[in-house]
Amino acid sequence: MANVGRNTPVRKFDAVVVGAGGAGLRAALQLSEAGLKCAVLSKVFPTRSHTVAAQGGVGASLGNMGEDNWNWHMYDTVKGSDWLGDQDAIEFMVRTAPEVVIELEHFGMPFDRNEDGTIYQRPFGGHSMNFGEKPVQRSCCAADRTGHAMLHALYQRNVRANTQFFVEWMALDLIRDPSGQVLGVTALEMETGEVMVFHARATLFATGGAGRIYTSTTNAFINTGDGLGMAARAGIPLEDMEFWQFHPTGVAGAGVLITEGVRGEGGYLLNKNGERFMERYAPNLKDLASRDVVSRAMATEIKEGRGAGKEGDCVLLKLDHLGAEVIDKRLPGIREIAKKFANVDPVKDPIPVVPTVHYQMGGIPTNYHGEVVVPKNGNANSVVPGFYAAGECGCASVHGANRLGTNSLTDLLVFGKASGDSIIRFLKENPGLKDLPKDAGDRSLSRLARLESQTNGESYAEVAKDMRRTMQMHCGVFRFPDTLAEGVKKIREISDRVTRTEIKDKSKVFNTARIEALELDNLIEVARATMVSADARTESRGAHDRSDHHERDDVNWLKHTLWYKEGDRLDYKPVNLKPLTAESIEPKVRTY
Amino acid sequence: MQFRVYRYDPDKDDKPYMKDYEVELEPTDQMLLDALVRIKEQDDSLSLRRSCREGVCGSDAMNINGKNGLACTTKLSELKQPVELKPLPGLPVIRDLIVDMTQFFKQYHSIKPYLVNNDPPPEKERLQSPEDREELNGLYECILCACCSTSCPSFWWNPDKFVGPAGLLHAYRFLADTRDQAAAERLDNLEDPYRLFRCHSIMNCVDVCPKGLNPTEAIGKIKTMMVKRAV
Repeated sequence: MANVGRNTPVRKFDAVVVGAGGAGLRAALQLSEAGLKCAVLSKVFPTRSHTVAAQGGVGASLGNMGEDNWNWHMYDTVKGSDWLGDQDAIEFMVRTAPEVVIELEHFGMPFDRNEDGTIYQRPFGGHSMNFGEKPVQRSCCAADRTGHAMLHALYQRNVRANTQFFVEWMALDLIRDPSGQVLGVTALEMETGEVMVFHARATLFATGGAGRIYTSTTNAFINTGDGLGMAARAGIPLEDMEFWQFHPTGVAGAGVLITEGVRGEGGYLLNKNGERFMERYAPNLKDLASRDVVSRAMATEIKEGRGAGKEGDCVLLKLDHLGAEVIDKRLPGIREIAKKFANVDPVKDPIPVVPTVHYQMGGIPTNYHGEVVVPKNGNANSVVPGFYAAGECGCASVHGANRLGTNSLTDLLVFGKASGDSIIRFLKENPGLKDLPKDAGDRSLSRLARLESQTNGESYAEVAKDMRRTMQMHCGVFRFPDTLAEGVKKIREISDRVTRTEIKDKSKVFNTARIEALELDNLIEVARATMVSADARTESRGAHDRSDHHERDDVNWLKHTLWYKEGDRLDYKPVNLKPLTAESIEPKVRTY
Repeated sequence: MQFRVYRYDPDKDDKPYMKDYEVELEPTDQMLLDALVRIKEQDDSLSLRRSCREGVCGSDAMNINGKNGLACTTKLSELKQPVELKPLPGLPVIRDLIVDMTQFFKQYHSIKPYLVNNDPPPEKERLQSPEDREELNGLYECILCACCSTSCPSFWWNPDKFVGPAGLLHAYRFLADTRDQAAAERLDNLEDPYRLFRCHSIMNCVDVCPKGLNPTEAIGKIKTMMVKRAV
């Protein structure tokens, strides 16, 4: 049995970072190099975090391949977001991008190179020159293993900085005092089953996404939205959760990601008739249109009977014309994945692909400093003292209704660093550690005690499977009013079942059944937030496409959704259309 | 499909034992990890690490029918039944298929696995030619799964003294990087009867690496650098 006693040990830190993917490591580096006492908690050894699976590149207007500038990157990102992105945060991100990419190179990241020795950049979906005119080469990459190279470089730099890691510790709950200030987290050491309180002056969530609410996802098993679940249970709303990116090219059946870099390097999609169908849907950028557009086009082709494969349920990604040399140089990981998971060698044959859940655009609401913000006393963006979020779990919001490829790695570098800097400032201005509330560990301890004593409950694995199936069926690429309404009802029922899950394994040593059951507590909050928010938004914008409201509706819906766990309550806040210094990019019709 | 899996929970077992499982597979279950997920549905007490399920995070390394590999990229159709699964050899077992990797990471950390360049950073990137960058191919792709080091007899015998193939591969990754300035210190750090020279080119590491890397070759190159600087 886990330690559910009253004598829960407490350790004190200046800052605690939850998650050791790109955002967490970038922030931790900032904190460690500033000499702060910082604890980094991770469910897995840092280099196993899901940033490792990013492939195609990190977006920054270095201009190494030809003219480029941050104004163009900004325009592409705003347009990609279908105008739901906050333009102050977007300007901040695209302006900071070159600097953080160069820093990463200095840290040792093995970027691919041009003949002149500069970083090689490839074209990517939705990234353009001169405000949509033609594709631009903006994605800085290390072959098709950019995330892997980045995560290792960041971990290595943290080794150099002597960052203190708590590896295979799962954070359980956020600790807030009665004023709402955040004072750390409770966490479970997986190897021993012991619970500890990490009492900290500042807490950063960098816990990644929750793609595992769906059956078919490119996401790793660990992507269970732990930060979002913890935030929701502590009364923090979740923003824009109806927006989930379906990546156009997941390997059919397996769900494993095939980078958009394949199309960046010149690959394209074919239907069963051998037609390059994207020419019909996006005459200008074609296969390099933004992901929501390409995924919808693919789903339409399949729906209308032009899908490839035995069942007609996929399309084909052709790249053999690039030649073995280019494929082995620029896309070696893809060749490996295609051989293993699709049983084809892309040097000869096309890869069968389907749109697959990939990225959560929404998350814990923050401003562009990484500070978590919630509505309070008439201020839609009131800062929660001591609480920060960065990377996929945060919502600044730079991706709005649809993220551009490469902007996730840009996001985690820029906002990982920015939140680290914000924490340093906050700690300077707020010396001293406030007392822990008396009930600091109660929520976690009662969750653990409930799991310990539950009898005649349902298997957590069964309940999780039903949740994933429901999300897949009721909240996919195309969304329908009746299936959404039914989805809300179903997901609420499943939510009730989650409170009665049972684990047979009661061992205290590395009990992964317990971990999975605790993860389900987080997943279900994300699933409910998604379904309820999607049901309410009666328009089509970015990745959210409704059959009964086909158009974007800026009059009624140019606003961010905020979902509160308590009573499944929804609230809304305005989108910030005012950049920091640039001119506002006014909403217009979005074509590629 | 039939499996025999190493089980040990120090919380309740006196000693390890092998447990048999019969699993009914779905057509979508292609890889060994898919089968392990099915087993865990029947018996939630089976503990293993796993994450990306595509061979890039390095979590689910284990001993599969006597050979180290990743469960997520090992095809079920290629396995002889009953499939015998054991934890990685040579490291202490925490529970079931989960080993204590402290010693492995200690060796990795011991080679100073980060770029050392004491020049003030330039405004732009440090330049590197495509040819110089190519020297890092076959090195930087390591996923730290420990398949190699835990298949190496030299590492089994001296895990505290011999860096092992994974650590040495990384040592060479930095020696080979034109941006790194610490070659002399790096070689000093390995100049020792055990740290580097316990490699006897048995090449188990090459045989098992799920990423197709060649630590023995990297180790050979370090040895050459040692010889060159001695001359």
